[in-house]
Amino acid sequence: MSTVLIIEQILNGLQFGVMLFLMAAGLTLIFGVMGLINLAHGSLYMVGAFAAAAVAASTGSFLLALAASLAAAAIVGAIIELVVIRRLYDRDHLDQVLATFALILIFSETTRWLFGSFPLFLDVPEALSGTVTLPGGIAYSSYRLMIISVGIIVAVGLFLLISKTRIGMRIRAGENDREMIGALGVDISKLYTLIFALGAALAGLSGALVGAIQSVQVGMGEPVLILAFVVIVIGGIGSIKGALVGAILVGLTDTLGRVMLPLFFANFMEQSSATSVGSSLASMSIYILMAAVLIFKPTGLFGRA
Amino acid sequence: MISERFFNYIVALLILGTALVAWVMDEPFLITLTTKAVILALAGVGLNLALGQGGLISLGHAAFFGLGGYAMGVLASHAQTFTPLMEAPFLIVGTNSMPVIWLVAIVASSLCAFVIGLLSLRTSGVYFIMVTLAFGQMLYYFSISWPAYGGEDGLSIYVRNSFPGLNTLDPIQFFGICFAILMLVIYGVSRLTHSPFGLALNGARQNAQRVHTVGLNPFKLQLAAFTISGAITGLAGALFADLNRFVSPTMFSWQTSGEIMIFIILGGVARLYGPVVGAALFILLEHWLGGLSDFWHVYLGIILLCVVLFARGGLIGALAKKERAHV
Amino acid sequence: MSDAVLNILNISKSFGALKASDDVTLDVRAGEIHALIGPNGAGKSTLIAQIAGKLKPDTGKIDLLGMDVTRMSIAERANLGLGRTFQISELAMAYTVLENVMLGALGKRGGAFRFFKPVMKDAELRERAESAIERVGLSQHMNKVTSELSHGQRRQLEVAVALTLEPKIFLMDEPMAGMGAEGSKMLTSFLDELRGQAPILLVEHDMDAVFALADRISVLVYGKVIATGSVDYIRNHDEVRRAYLGEEAA
Repeated sequence: MSTVLIIEQILNGLQFGVMLFLMAAGLTLIFGVMGLINLAHGSLYMVGAFAAAAVAASTGSFLLALAASLAAAAIVGAIIELVVIRRLYDRDHLDQVLATFALILIFSETTRWLFGSFPLFLDVPEALSGTVTLPGGIAYSSYRLMIISVGIIVAVGLFLLISKTRIGMRIRAGENDREMIGALGVDISKLYTLIFALGAALAGLSGALVGAIQSVQVGMGEPVLILAFVVIVIGGIGSIKGALVGAILVGLTDTLGRVMLPLFFANFMEQSSATSVGSSLASMSIYILMAAVLIFKPTGLFGRA
Repeated sequence: MISERFFNYIVALLILGTALVAWVMDEPFLITLTTKAVILALAGVGLNLALGQGGLISLGHAAFFGLGGYAMGVLASHAQTFTPLMEAPFLIVGTNSMPVIWLVAIVASSLCAFVIGLLSLRTSGVYFIMVTLAFGQMLYYFSISWPAYGGEDGLSIYVRNSFPGLNTLDPIQFFGICFAILMLVIYGVSRLTHSPFGLALNGARQNAQRVHTVGLNPFKLQLAAFTISGAITGLAGALFADLNRFVSPTMFSWQTSGEIMIFIILGGVARLYGPVVGAALFILLEHWLGGLSDFWHVYLGIILLCVVLFARGGLIGALAKKERAHV
Repeated sequence: MSDAVLNILNISKSFGALKASDDVTLDVRAGEIHALIGPNGAGKSTLIAQIAGKLKPDTGKIDLLGMDVTRMSIAERANLGLGRTFQISELAMAYTVLENVMLGALGKRGGAFRFFKPVMKDAELRERAESAIERVGLSQHMNKVTSELSHGQRRQLEVAVALTLEPKIFLMDEPMAGMGAEGSKMLTSFLDELRGQAPILLVEHDMDAVFALADRISVLVYGKVIATGSVDYIRNHDEVRRAYLGEEAA
């Protein structure tokens, strides 16, 4: 296996990890501040992708499509926070799971009703459809490189938001002590809506960005949601840093596992069974990673004990 | 308000009665529908043991349901093609005998539940939900990527498996088998609830610290409950596969886990007959709403949302008094 | 060693810069009530948590009945004979009084992994549970759900559960808190009797009860034991008066 291929796969892994980070960051923020587990986060991812596909189809502009994904997911997020989610903050996790599961059913079927069961297509913009030559002569998709950059920008932006701004200070206060922040005179319910909408917007953006390299369809959000959960378990809940590290680990493990494991088994098996054993194991690799973290650090790599 | 016990008898009789009336009126489809409700109820009874009594919110019970299903699929497909499962180090052949398949399904799913429980119970709360969901998804992807048993397309079995002395192809006889199993398991769970184990397990759900302080280990109690719970749901999976004569990765999917949980909520959490009432309601809704609209899941979602937000306790909570477990 | 049932040797525990336990040495002897007092924030809860097994000390050693239990779990210590009651009630709130106490009896006897026989019909467990309930005076509330009990009654229930464990030593964290004068008086005379069955390490704010009951008193201030001795010795101890009793008198 050539170095070029390996580097390419590492970049693919990073790109995948960055997407997972956008999902996991919102989830972990919402859990950290409001103590809510939100299964409908995958629906917001889907909402972003469909909004982007619809706007791209009617205007032809990819930038507008991205803006639409952010706006649509944020608005839908704010609405469900106001109507449903805020009734769940004081409930136990079982109620949160069930109510947000109900939201998935409602969102998925409504989307199917509006857009049909067939996948929509969102094209990679012209300007980014080619490849860039990286140092060392490796040609790599400029679009995927753009995704990685967006992820890095969002990660830096989130760190700055949380560590340097007033809102960030309130978020940190809310994570430590929910009653205290109320005592500080902050309008808690507005802050919660804002954080939920922010998490939703990140999920929507992620859905739109991925939508251009995969297809946009109903049910696209939940597999990503579950991977984001794996990321959070590995990174530690409530920690943005954990979400970033966990996401990159999961992205790399999954992508490299799919390429390497079949090749690895080919060394001592015939090709066809090596492919099937390798790909089956690869499909389990990130869960094995998660199990290992659970054994050695049940609260996650950056979780509070 | 009526007593919960009386309510439970009525539910059991209604289900039995529906199947018998359908049999007399020669409506095999209705018998099959009732059988489906009975099997799904069994899956829910399994989850309810972990969730209602143990307080373990597992979103990964599809793993056990699917394993039970594939236990049936794998054994029956080998019997169907007369090929052994393995020859070395010792010979294992397929079978189409239901009792053997059930045994394999129970052993496989309880082993799997033990391992998943061992790992997941190192965490609690919201972590536990995410971890069980993730392990369920792992088996889902595994079943898709493992090509030997149909991969993504699943596996069809052409003959229904056999049970000594009965004709399992006759819908009412197959219903009888499933109903008898459900009643037996419910009896077992009810005994368990009132047993020393039940007292300790329910105590650990309410206050783990208290259970620790009297010298008991909540982890072991919960692991045992999770294992038994997985075994019951696995048995339901084997019966479900028999009903459809088909298994596919869908049985492993997160939607399946969610649906099993919905049965419990619609009926009533930690109620002995909660999953039975819930599964019957679910089948009714699927049938009625599914007839009204292709997008009936929207209505299901709205109903579920309303139950969670406004009617905690489910249908049984609305109709019957709560029975005390240990008096 | 003397006839000490519980021996705490030089244990220290820090949280960051805060020394919650600072080289604490303490023993509880057979037949005595040893009271542990100290102002709020003195580190009593941390010390109790280490004795019960919820926290592990950074350094030092805890001996229970001559066995080193420093690294043992809560359940293992309970099985050895440590009976504990909590400052804030730790009970199964949806259970009745009887069910809570049955849980204790079950923990003591073992056999929690029996899945078939109704536990409430187990004559042996029931007898133990009912006699413990009677001893703390909760017989008429036996079938009441715990969440409906008053705070004082919950304290009594905690003691009843601890009794079923037939402990070799009791660890009681403010058993009088939240009790009316009547209840405190009753519990005081009950504990007075109880010391014949097993010694008690008693953490208590109610000074009347402490002075009435204690054979010895240890005073904890800023994580350190500043004095241990008889009631009279402690009453007249200068440092204690300054650090603690003085405040109360003033």
